[in-house]
Amino acid sequence: MRTLTVKGIRVDDTFAEAFGMRATAVIVTADNARWARQAAITMTGFATSVIGCGCEAGIDRTLDTRATPDGRPGVRVLLFAVSTGELQKQLSARVAQCVLTSPGSACYAGLAGEESLRLGNALRYFGDGWQISKRFGGKHHWRIPVMDGEFVCDATTGLTKQAVGGGNLLVMGRSAQATLAAAEAAARAIEKVADAIAPFPGGIVRSGSKVGSKYKGVIASTNDAYSPTLKGAVKTALDADIASVLEIVIDGLTSQAVADAMRAGIAAIVKLGPKRGAVRIGAGNYGGKLGPHHYHLKDLLP
Amino acid sequence: MTPLVLTLHQRPEQRLDLSPLLPHLLAGKSANEIARIELQTTRMRVTVGDAFRLRMGDAQYIRLEGACDRLDRVGAGLSAGAIEVAGDVGIQAGRQMTGGRLVIRGSAGHWTASGMKGGEIEITGSAGDLIGGPLAGEVAGMRGGLVIVRGNVGARAADRLRRGMIVVEGGAGEYAGSRMIAGTLIVRRKAGALPGYLMKRGTIILGEGAPALSPTFADCGVHRLVAMRLIAGYLKPFSAATAALLQRPLRRFAGDMAVLGNGEIFVGNES
Repeated sequence: MRTLTVKGIRVDDTFAEAFGMRATAVIVTADNARWARQAAITMTGFATSVIGCGCEAGIDRTLDTRATPDGRPGVRVLLFAVSTGELQKQLSARVAQCVLTSPGSACYAGLAGEESLRLGNALRYFGDGWQISKRFGGKHHWRIPVMDGEFVCDATTGLTKQAVGGGNLLVMGRSAQATLAAAEAAARAIEKVADAIAPFPGGIVRSGSKVGSKYKGVIASTNDAYSPTLKGAVKTALDADIASVLEIVIDGLTSQAVADAMRAGIAAIVKLGPKRGAVRIGAGNYGGKLGPHHYHLKDLLP
Repeated sequence: MTPLVLTLHQRPEQRLDLSPLLPHLLAGKSANEIARIELQTTRMRVTVGDAFRLRMGDAQYIRLEGACDRLDRVGAGLSAGAIEVAGDVGIQAGRQMTGGRLVIRGSAGHWTASGMKGGEIEITGSAGDLIGGPLAGEVAGMRGGLVIVRGNVGARAADRLRRGMIVVEGGAGEYAGSRMIAGTLIVRRKAGALPGYLMKRGTIILGEGAPALSPTFADCGVHRLVAMRLIAGYLKPFSAATAALLQRPLRRFAGDMAVLGNGEIFVGNES
């Protein structure tokens, strides 16, 4: 594979291959920023990969009191799934179990879409007949009495079919510490990009996978080509100086958001430099035939 | 945009029905055609040309000047555009409006906003009885839109309100929000006796309470609700003082338990 070098960091001449997804967004607010964030963290827990979690979810950004519908501190959460049905199921379950239950919370539509998903319209039955519908200013809210007052929830939120999941970067370094430092810098930079999330723990995944396995019925298994301990035993993708690899997976409401997030991530890794951080950046793909969205690293360099 | 201006010559001898004077009905009409429109409510024929001096302009914005309380059904059926009135109007102003904006710089009679479905009405003076209410035989009153009254309103404001919001910056007469089906009525000053009489659902907010609340309303304690912040956010551009009222703790009464009991009255400064 041809490589480019940017400020001492090798960049593979390859591309990340990503897929179309269904996505939605909600705004979670609470009496203070801590509890808004808590509700959002709980809601986006166990949502790293659609393969095992049903959806991929994360915090897009923190909203100050001027940017939320009720003037309280809030957080915007993005959810991605492979089908509208699964997205609806995950949204309803997560809002019901994680936001409704969180002290002082309220939940609003975070996306205006032509199509919509049920939010309060699904949750209202928790009110057992005491729920109150309010429509004004083109909005429809449900008020559901709960033990600390009322849970307020928009009736619906928007759905987009333009979302993209699976944008990625492979961060490779000479030591585990340096690789983590580079991946952390990239994850922090991606946090700031609007409409995009990195759903894995802290935005970083250490167990990248390949499709299939030697075992029957296992659909994904360890990415041996990028496992440094197997460097000599398998057809490796790693150079002699690579001791650790971390991946950043990115989902975005639009293809542009994924490209922006990858660009921000690469810029942060390059800024950190090869001495303290990564020495090589790559990306994962399936040969380009599976996913319609291709993000070539050479187009995203700082 | 140059408004189409109608200036009343003098107080008419009979009540006039101004419902034909809507932007979508006047659009594309010449001055002569408009002058021939009949407005009488008795056998004596009265046309626009008889009663008003007409200055042509864009019919999307109609201005009525020198209005008086004999002009009924001003803006009734308005669907888009704007009507602005200088002076008082008679009954049923803005009845069955579906959109657009009606501003009355004066006071309005009974059944203002009756059966309204959408749009906005602002009345700088006061309004009569049954604002938003149904006419005899109708099942529901107002069912959408926003009405702001800067002054007071008469008895049975928001009678059989089904949806939408009525905001009264002054006080209200007795039986405010009677038979409400749903929707929101806010009275910033004092309301008359027995607000929410036989209300099924919906929200009544009384800034200064009422002299007597029906015993069929159950005290649910004092709360600061997120829902009030949302209403306040919506109302702030229209009525900052009302938005401020909603930020205060309010005592919630559930009722009317004589009927469905899913309604609520919030009271600010308790009296």
